[in-house]
Amino acid sequence: MLTTTTETALIPPAIDPMLPEPHRIQRIWQETDDTFTLEVTPLAAAQQSAFAPGQFNMLYVFGVGEVPISISSDPAKAPVIQHTTRVVGTVTKAMRRLKPGDAMGIRGPFGTHWPVEFAEGKDVVIVAGGIGLAPLRPALYWLMGQREKYRKIVLLYGTRTPEDILYRRELEQWRGQFDLEIQVTVDRAASSWRGNVGVVTTMIPRAPFDPSNTIALVCGPEVMMRFTALELVKRGVPSVSIYASMERNMKCGIGLCGHCQYGATFICKDGPVLRFDRIAGTISRAEI
Amino acid sequence: MIVHTLETIVREQAFFRGMKEPHIELISGCATNVRFAEEQFIAREGEPAEHFYLVREGLVSVQCTVPHRGVITISTVGDGEILGWSWLFPPHRWQFDVRTRRPTHALQFDGKCLREKCEQDHDFGYELFHRFMFIAGERLEATRMQLLDMYANHNH
Repeated sequence: MLTTTTETALIPPAIDPMLPEPHRIQRIWQETDDTFTLEVTPLAAAQQSAFAPGQFNMLYVFGVGEVPISISSDPAKAPVIQHTTRVVGTVTKAMRRLKPGDAMGIRGPFGTHWPVEFAEGKDVVIVAGGIGLAPLRPALYWLMGQREKYRKIVLLYGTRTPEDILYRRELEQWRGQFDLEIQVTVDRAASSWRGNVGVVTTMIPRAPFDPSNTIALVCGPEVMMRFTALELVKRGVPSVSIYASMERNMKCGIGLCGHCQYGATFICKDGPVLRFDRIAGTISRAEI
Repeated sequence: MIVHTLETIVREQAFFRGMKEPHIELISGCATNVRFAEEQFIAREGEPAEHFYLVREGLVSVQCTVPHRGVITISTVGDGEILGWSWLFPPHRWQFDVRTRRPTHALQFDGKCLREKCEQDHDFGYELFHRFMFIAGERLEATRMQLLDMYANHNH
């Protein structure tokens, strides 16, 4: 059961959080032109694989290096876990070349989780930008798995182009359920795209939720999260009801090395999910 | 059966919320209810901009034809949103093509009629321009965010 949100992870990390546990790749597939998903299971059957929505793992490609990647699958399906990531550097490029049956190391889960327990009895508005939908997907699974505990659930999702939409088939399935409002927009599109065009923040003023009784979960590029939070506050959502997932250069995962320091916080330990009022004063500063 | 007058419908729109009753009457005097089929052109680039619209239900694309790229959708306008401000300023011509993407139900406002009323009643003119400037500011902000290309993979 989830008990806390911002201070400690509810799922106990591995006995030695610095020791990668071997995992087997079950499946790997391309999501969009530059993103892919890995599905893995632990080699040791007894290994602790439970995680909370919003937490991340350190993924180790043997002989290449280790990167932090948020978990993007259904928490109820652990120990089968998925990570969706973008090909951006040496490690993710090597990761994309792995095949089903290959092994890799995983440490985690680390960090804070989305406040799904605080959202019970409230509207939940999820604002995702680009690949920021991946860390929010476990929260969506969680909310949909316990649908009766929540009021309206609204997903506002913005991407660069229609070709960049993540989890397209799943979004269509969810949209068909009628108990989840999904609005998708793209920043640019050819005429063949028949949906919304415009930045994701433009959907906030007319989205169907009660701002006085809403928890907002936001993930995307920092500039997008900044303007999203401003728009949510303008709509009447208190900043203490807005949560954002921050990304920094996490290395140790347990707040020791300092690589992911963000002002007075370590993103790996105090984050990645932070209440917006804790970062509102720093998120627009270039030097942090 | 409840019959909604145009004034009632205009008053219900968020864009006109808080507007004084005499101004609602002035606006409503220049308004018409219109319906467009899916994929119908509402306006073409360069044509006289004689109207603006408030989309009650539906989706409209603002588009531009770009050589070697085809037709690009620049933005969309949906429920409760305002379409068009070329009617406000000379030369009163549409800057882009406007096409429905779904069956669309809108309020159409006669630009010439409203410009004349703005000239006759400057309080009304200020009120209307103030609301349009707010929308223009929002659209400018959104366009600036689009220009940031926030989701681009700069490492790709």
